[in-house]
Amino acid sequence: MSGDEPIEAASDGAAVVAAVEAVAERIEDERAHLTELDSAIGDADHGGNMARGWAAAAEAARDLDDPDPQAVCKTVGKTLMAEVGGASGPLFGGSLVFASAELDGGVTAENAVAFAETYLEKVEDRGDARVGDQTMVDALTPAVHTFKKSVETDGLPPLEALAKAVDAAERGVAFTVPIRAKKGRASYLGWRSVGHQDPGATSTLYILEELLAVAAAALDAETPDVDATSPTIPDEAAEGGAGDAADAPDAGEGGD
Amino acid sequence: MKKLINDPDDVVDEMLDGMTAAYPDRLRRLPDTQVVVRDDAPVDGKVALVTGGGSGHEPTHAGYIGDGMLDGAAAGDVFSSPTADEFEELIDACDAGDGVLAIIKNYEGDVMNFETAIELAEMEGVEVESVVVNDDVAVEDSLYTSGRRGVCGTILVHKAAGAKAAEGADLSEVKRVAEKVIDNVGTMGTALTSCVTPEKGEPTFDLGDDEIELGIGIHGEPGTERTEQMPADEITDALTEAVLDDLDLDSGQEVLTVVNGMGGTPQMELFVVNRRLQELLGERDLEAWDAWVGDYMTSLDMAGASITVCAVDDELKELLGAPADTPALTRTR
Repeated sequence: MSGDEPIEAASDGAAVVAAVEAVAERIEDERAHLTELDSAIGDADHGGNMARGWAAAAEAARDLDDPDPQAVCKTVGKTLMAEVGGASGPLFGGSLVFASAELDGGVTAENAVAFAETYLEKVEDRGDARVGDQTMVDALTPAVHTFKKSVETDGLPPLEALAKAVDAAERGVAFTVPIRAKKGRASYLGWRSVGHQDPGATSTLYILEELLAVAAAALDAETPDVDATSPTIPDEAAEGGAGDAADAPDAGEGGD
Repeated sequence: MKKLINDPDDVVDEMLDGMTAAYPDRLRRLPDTQVVVRDDAPVDGKVALVTGGGSGHEPTHAGYIGDGMLDGAAAGDVFSSPTADEFEELIDACDAGDGVLAIIKNYEGDVMNFETAIELAEMEGVEVESVVVNDDVAVEDSLYTSGRRGVCGTILVHKAAGAKAAEGADLSEVKRVAEKVIDNVGTMGTALTSCVTPEKGEPTFDLGDDEIELGIGIHGEPGTERTEQMPADEITDALTEAVLDDLDLDSGQEVLTVVNGMGGTPQMELFVVNRRLQELLGERDLEAWDAWVGDYMTSLDMAGASITVCAVDDELKELLGAPADTPALTRTR
């Protein structure tokens, strides 16, 4: 399909608000699990901080008078920045604010890719993290790369591209388990961080999964079969474009 | 633990209201934020200096707002970074069109939130530069940082850069001075007791009655070495030598020293430390130019002190000695 053709469902602000609400609900459901993951290697506040932030973001998105996709993304990003705090506020929220600039004039497959790439770039720069550091970047990078390749090289419809991105993110989350943390609080554990799943990569995956679910529902399409059982081999994950978290919002925009 | 607090959740909010009430003609709190600025901000014709960080380090940060030092500061919750949106409001409120210098202490949360705010402010057309203070010689990486922590040396950055901004220097010059201080300053601290955060209500870490911790940070995070309690002179020697070894100064170099109380140490003890510190400078063939003693960068009620040494040249002497008029630091000529 043509990359500059508007994605109807994503251009409908209400669908984007619905996606944000779905993410808020999912994060709340997974709150205890995220906190458990964080208490093993961090300071046990990821679940609570993210749940509080996304609940506030959903409320702010609902309150928008004219919820076009760009406005929703910017509002959600600003709210996450203000409510999540710590390092996650700038990483999840600040990156979304900057990426929303790519959505000028509605959502197309083309600018959804730009949105995803900007989001990833901001997370990498702000966190000074790269693939293999046991951070959200491990989920996000493969997701963004897979989304880009699926749209630009394979010419897949945005929804299918998003489904592949979610699959890639899932592999990326699995990839965080056997590696050693190089960034974030977990890095102070040194080798003891090996064997633990990264909470930020995990919440990134949840965000992407909800975006896909809402996008699929909005398009009244069957959710493409996402292979959730993913190998944990880094090479495979990289090839598959596995990755997830941080760009979830923008991938979601595109998918919608 | 007995404390003069109401609800732990309200401590920062109530502190900021009390602080602005104490200096109503000098400090102003931006509505619905934890940001405090000069009452007359934005000040025309000068670069604005802003900073911020977790609360619990008083008089840092808002205590240094005023003529010759800061234009404003964002306060986070106790030992937590302010959020990026609050930093952005701070920058907006202080910018008078001549640019803003953000002075950031090297903690991951502070750096990420401030940098996000700076990028957002730049998108709105504000000219912003930043410096990251990392004067703690004790540790390379800590619980809260990649690289060294920013501690009491930050006050000297506020002072020198603030004086330069007051002269009407442009943003690049003010930043150059801030970096000059950062390049020439080192600090190391010790804790005799743990601090008690309002939230937890009990000591953050266990330290035996006869133990001290060297190389401590300003949040109760671990230091580099736990030893038996020693006389003041021996502690002073250990801290000072760590700083001087790191700075590696030439013989005859002039220095400014700061003996900083961590919040729970009597001035009497700080002066005892300063006495030995000044002796030690002589033994190391260094020239004492000025000596500051007091509570500048605290860690709630922690007992202990840090020692800061800053090598000074004519320019830094001029700026560090220049007039300043803030709630926590006043200098007259």
